[in-house]
Amino acid sequence: MSSGTKTTADYIQHHLTNLTYGQLPDGSWGFAHSGAEAAQMGFWSVNVDSMVWSIVLGLVFAIVFRTAAASATAGVPGGLQNFVEMVVEFIDETTQSIFHYKNDLIAPLAMTIFVWVFLMNLMDLVPVDWIPELAVLMGISHMKVVPSTDPNITMAMALSVFALIIYYSIKRKGAIGFLKELTLHPFPSIFAIPVNFLLEFVSLIAKPLSLGLRLFGNMYAGEMIFILIALMFGGGIGFFIFGGVLQWVWAVFHVLVITLQAFIFAVLTIVYLAQAHDSEEH
Amino acid sequence: MNLNATLLGQSITFVIFVWFCMKYIWPMVGSAMRERQEAIAAGLRASEEADQKLASAATNAETELAAAKAEASSIIEQARGRANQMVEEAKDEARQEGMRLLEAARAEIDQEMNRAKETLRGEVATLVIAGAERVIEDNIDASKHEAMLTKLAAEL
Repeated sequence: MSSGTKTTADYIQHHLTNLTYGQLPDGSWGFAHSGAEAAQMGFWSVNVDSMVWSIVLGLVFAIVFRTAAASATAGVPGGLQNFVEMVVEFIDETTQSIFHYKNDLIAPLAMTIFVWVFLMNLMDLVPVDWIPELAVLMGISHMKVVPSTDPNITMAMALSVFALIIYYSIKRKGAIGFLKELTLHPFPSIFAIPVNFLLEFVSLIAKPLSLGLRLFGNMYAGEMIFILIALMFGGGIGFFIFGGVLQWVWAVFHVLVITLQAFIFAVLTIVYLAQAHDSEEH
Repeated sequence: MNLNATLLGQSITFVIFVWFCMKYIWPMVGSAMRERQEAIAAGLRASEEADQKLASAATNAETELAAAKAEASSIIEQARGRANQMVEEAKDEARQEGMRLLEAARAEIDQEMNRAKETLRGEVATLVIAGAERVIEDNIDASKHEAMLTKLAAEL
């Protein structure tokens, strides 16, 4: 907790508020001072903290993997190359077991998602107060360090994947074929078109929603529990020790969660894109 | 927790990182891995081939050795046979030569003997005539008594 005058609700609220840049109520552009003010900014505002951390973590992925790729040798690989090859092989095997078409985009897409989402989730394991408090000391009012707890970030990736689903559906089956799939499944009758469309449309829309909201929900809930545990540290020596143990246990558990969530996002992306390529059954 | 332009920003970032990964990371790592895989596969194949070659070389060597042994023993056998034959031939030849020499010696002895007999005969006839001349103190007409003298010499 940054100061004694803050209430518990303020503390939690502070941790869950993004650093949002947009048009302030008085018409000028700047950072919102509270969640409510950020909400008033409407669509044309940016969560600067999410964006910066997301880009920084993306750059970490790009630079580390590019370093290994640039010096990749068919001879004896070094440690970094070994690690990168392990990831590449893991993703490649996963992709090949699910996706049976020729497409050079899918595997790199899945790897980018897996590693990037994993890195974003990994920020959840940084003790919740370190970076936000450091930011406050530097004069930055809010700082959410886990990009995947921002629905903007997760939904942006989910919608990008959704765009690819639509693109490949139309590319593989043609606009007519795609429409037929939406309207003549599961009941192949002209009279069943409204029912079919309702069913298929819901299942189509469910893909990006489930993809983005699953990651967001898991990470948000995980972060929330870390924040609640962190609250205990201010409640006396007993709570301090109990909180410490809880934090450790939850962090260990969370190591599994963040990896699993990154993997699920990547695998579901492959599955959805494989379905978009499937023209016959389903 | 409101949706805003971060959605767009993240989408653009996402596209860029995916493109970067597809263009500058995945192919290099993938090709390096494939190349290594091929190199390892080739190495394994080569070692297997070498093993097979070694095995076949060992079998070859054994067969060759066996063949050489067989040939050597057959040569020895042949040589032994030939040697025996040569000895036999030499023995035969020697025997024949001995016989021939014996034959020749015998013929020469006969000849010598005949020649001696002739000479002796001639001398005896002369001696007889001389003896008879002396006895008779008269010259015997050789031509008259030729037949008698020849008969006498033949009886000697």
